[in-house]
Amino acid sequence: QLPTGLYKKVLVILHDSVLPYMNEPTLMMDFLTVAYGIGGAISLLALNGLFILIHQHNLEYPDFYKKLYSLLDPSIYHVKYRARFFHLTDLFLSSSHLPAYLVAAFIKRLSRLALTAPPEALLMIIPFICNLFRRHPACRVLVHRPGGPADMSEDPYVMEKEEPSESRALESSLWEIQSLQNHYHPDVAKAAAVLNQSLSEMEDDISGLLELSAYELFDKEVKKKAVDVPLEFEQIRGLFGKKNDIFAEHFSLD
Amino acid sequence: SNPFEVKVNRQKFDILGRKTKNDVGLPGVSRSKAIKKRNQTLLKEYKEREKTNVFKDKRFGEYNTKITPEEKMIRRFTLERQQNYGKKNIYNLNEDEELTHYGQSLAEIEKLNDIVDSDSDTEERGTLSAELTAAHFGGGGGLLRKKVSSEQQDEEEEKPKSRKELIEEMIARSKQEKQERQTRRESALELTEKLDKDWKEIQTLIARKTPKSERKDKDVEKPKPDEYDMIVRELGFEMKAKPSERLKTEEELAKEEQARLQKLEADRLRRMRGIDEQANKKRPSHMSADDLADGFILDKDDRRLLSYKDGKINIENEEEKEEEEGEEEGEEEGDEEDNDNEEESQEESASEDEEDDAADRHSDLESDHESEEEAAGNKEEKKHKANENESQNVEKLDPKSKAAKSELPYTFAVPESYETFKSLLAGRTIEQQLIILERVQKCNHPSLAMGNKAKLEKLFGFLLEYIGELATLDLPELRTIDKLVLPLYNLCQMFPEAASDSIKFILRDAAHDLEEVIEVKGRATFPGLDTLIYLKIISLLFPTSDFWHPVVTPAFMYMSQLLTKCRITTLQDVIKGLFICCLFLEYVSLSRRFVPELINFLLGVLHISLPKNHAQGYTVVHPFTPVGKNLELLFVCDKEDLKSWEKQNVPLSIVTRLKETSKTEINHTRLSCLALCFDLIKKCAALYECLPSFHEIMHPVRILLTQHVPVNEYPEKMQELYHSALKELENKVKHYTPLICEKKKPVPLKQYTPKIVKVLEFGRKQAGSKKEQERKQLIQRHKRELKGAIREIRKDNQFLARMQLSEIMERDSARKRKVKELLGSLATQEGEWKAMKRKKWKS
Repeated sequence: QLPTGLYKKVLVILHDSVLPYMNEPTLMMDFLTVAYGIGGAISLLALNGLFILIHQHNLEYPDFYKKLYSLLDPSIYHVKYRARFFHLTDLFLSSSHLPAYLVAAFIKRLSRLALTAPPEALLMIIPFICNLFRRHPACRVLVHRPGGPADMSEDPYVMEKEEPSESRALESSLWEIQSLQNHYHPDVAKAAAVLNQSLSEMEDDISGLLELSAYELFDKEVKKKAVDVPLEFEQIRGLFGKKNDIFAEHFSLD
Repeated sequence: SNPFEVKVNRQKFDILGRKTKNDVGLPGVSRSKAIKKRNQTLLKEYKEREKTNVFKDKRFGEYNTKITPEEKMIRRFTLERQQNYGKKNIYNLNEDEELTHYGQSLAEIEKLNDIVDSDSDTEERGTLSAELTAAHFGGGGGLLRKKVSSEQQDEEEEKPKSRKELIEEMIARSKQEKQERQTRRESALELTEKLDKDWKEIQTLIARKTPKSERKDKDVEKPKPDEYDMIVRELGFEMKAKPSERLKTEEELAKEEQARLQKLEADRLRRMRGIDEQANKKRPSHMSADDLADGFILDKDDRRLLSYKDGKINIENEEEKEEEEGEEEGEEEGDEEDNDNEEESQEESASEDEEDDAADRHSDLESDHESEEEAAGNKEEKKHKANENESQNVEKLDPKSKAAKSELPYTFAVPESYETFKSLLAGRTIEQQLIILERVQKCNHPSLAMGNKAKLEKLFGFLLEYIGELATLDLPELRTIDKLVLPLYNLCQMFPEAASDSIKFILRDAAHDLEEVIEVKGRATFPGLDTLIYLKIISLLFPTSDFWHPVVTPAFMYMSQLLTKCRITTLQDVIKGLFICCLFLEYVSLSRRFVPELINFLLGVLHISLPKNHAQGYTVVHPFTPVGKNLELLFVCDKEDLKSWEKQNVPLSIVTRLKETSKTEINHTRLSCLALCFDLIKKCAALYECLPSFHEIMHPVRILLTQHVPVNEYPEKMQELYHSALKELENKVKHYTPLICEKKKPVPLKQYTPKIVKVLEFGRKQAGSKKEQERKQLIQRHKRELKGAIREIRKDNQFLARMQLSEIMERDSARKRKVKELLGSLATQEGEWKAMKRKKWKS
């Protein structure tokens, strides 16, 4: 019933400057539920208020996790509220009483979406997934399935299913993370390679990684001191003069 | 002693030759000793623990055992007297009193001070004599000094000297000192004069720098040193000529190269001036008296010698000119001396040398001519004049000179600033620029001179900046850049660190700008062509396949930001984005690393080539949106344009100026972009086919290609591209194998087999080196000491506790006694009172 901009503004401040001062925060229930149902960024923002209601005021939200699951789409790694969303998701998934299929579905979906994520998000999501594995050892079949079927022609996981229980996530494996081991960013590749080994017991602290920005990453790389600088040995013949230069095929110097 | 107090440590076995230290102990004695010691030290401290006052015995020599008591008493007495001396009677006001300091009247001291000052004015300041300092600042050490002086003067003068005497003495002394100093100075002056004279005599033998007239005289006077000089030089030349057969080092090669360039430069200069070989051949007969034939002592700076004489290309700055002048002068001065050995040295010198020096000599000749004509005058002016005159003359006469003029100088100095660098290249053709750069590099090879490395490192930065500038022009000179990357590459090979630093600097600037724009506006735009060119250059200079590289990794990050953060609003943006996609592909072409941004962007490009309302089955991510402005940016619906399209390369200059040409051309550019996109997709598919989740990665692209792209409307060429891309995507086998963690290495079980060590010497601790043994010994000693200290501390504590306990007991018993007393007295009182009462009752 509100314009989108106003919705966002309200929801951004709702959880820490409105709800604590209300006598009956439960009155916000309907507003938040509607907002949560809208989808997109507004849903992400409504999550925060809902969390307070669920956590402190005994709100029971049917199919909460299903809804959360359906919120995951490729844009979550690119939106502004990424840090906030993943902080809350981490909270919601921190319960050890969640069923394994649900967590596995989340893991699978997150890593599937990670295939389109920028490096700063990847650096955050990979430890996040590792933490999920630590909390839910039953999900470790995703990275370690000895004696499974040798060859599969299809990933058993069905991304399109709305219901996490129908996604067959537990029958799948985390090939996405394996692909990310080939990521161009060295830190991402290293982080993804962690899942090759059996995980350590301690959970990683991802609070510092939530707010990571691309510029910070860049700055870190630029400031690294190099001992020596390797050089290209191939003698060049011009701007587009390399062997099999892609540019020479498509661009001209005019 | 008492046998009951003796404790005997019994030995189980008697061993021959063993010294026993602790076979008998006296526990009682040692204990009482320890207690006594504690009583003296610890107990004292304990009792005085809350007292801050300290008793200090300041009596003279109280604890000095070396002085006999009698002497001690005498000393004390004298001290007392000294302290009281001068005090006289403070209550006696009538006495005409003088203020004194150290037994002398202050007024007198002041006078004295003046005298001394006037004396010391001429001498070195700050070095006051000991006497003076004592007289002026003698407050503290007064007593002691007095003692010493009194001892020195024995008994004859118990009292210090009278004031007058003292002053007179002082004055006399200072005068004497002054005189002494004067004589010293005079003698020093004399010595220096003598030295100067001697030096002048010798100087003529050594120095070149002497006026002509004098020199001639001296030549006559002293012919012998010249001969000596000759021999020395000859020897020098021989040494230089020797190493011709061994392999040349890089340095020598560089030198040779430099020499060659110099020669060419000299030739060029000569031709420019129009003096032919004939004149050159004649020259020997024409040699002036001042000419120098010692070209072989070419200094390193010689390479600059000729570069400035080109009136047109006057690049070098003043400083260098001056240097050259200096050189010229030096050479000329050297000439005279070499006159005598000219012929001999010429014979000796190789023919190459002669040629090398042709120009040098020539220039000398010129200047000599001039100097003959007009003896006085500024040298520089002269030369310029000479140049002008000659060149003017020659231009009329000789057509050759024109070619020479347009020709480049052969030697260059490295430009110090970007401006000079630009002016160096300004107005030159590409080839010339290349040659200039090459020569700059060769002339300033780091092995030739000290500062060359830093200079050339700077040159890299300049070149980079220059390329950037060329790229930002309205009409980007990409052809020039294309050629300029070659010297860039060479420089980079020479100085990788500096090159990486300057490129990193550029990258950091670019990224910083991007970040700022994002923060201010919330969105960014693609950077200019220069940045794109820089990114391309990075791929040329550095290996992009490294896992981590100081330059390439930041470049990756920067490109990723560009592809995800920058808005796409125009066709240029699309082209720039596709350019970066190409860069990404090129960067990872060898390493086959996965770049999500690349796929996202290509998907987005495909998306904007479609008509609206088609976003189903796939999602585009930032910067593309399913709805919004940039939709249909690449959408072409004009049938005519579709048909007339021919595949052609996209000119890069389109990035800076997309002239609003005809609609057809724009459409054609759009189609070219689309074709490029198809090709890139095909390449990506080929690159990433081995990734385990290849199909998931390419899923949205495939959906878009198969379901939404209007293939049939495209021209044939495009359809070809489309089909090849699609084929590449679809013919990959879907193949999944479940993941299995790497097995942990099993931790080996602990084994309890004994460790066997060879024993070489019994009864001794086995240890490796002497050092190790020493270390072990020290450790052991430390352990022992630590134990001992702990034991002592424990005993101290016990002792203290005992003392405290006894104190408490004492206090308690005293209290008990007092209480008893009080109770007793109360009882008697009560008894008495009761007795009184009873008496009353009875009575």
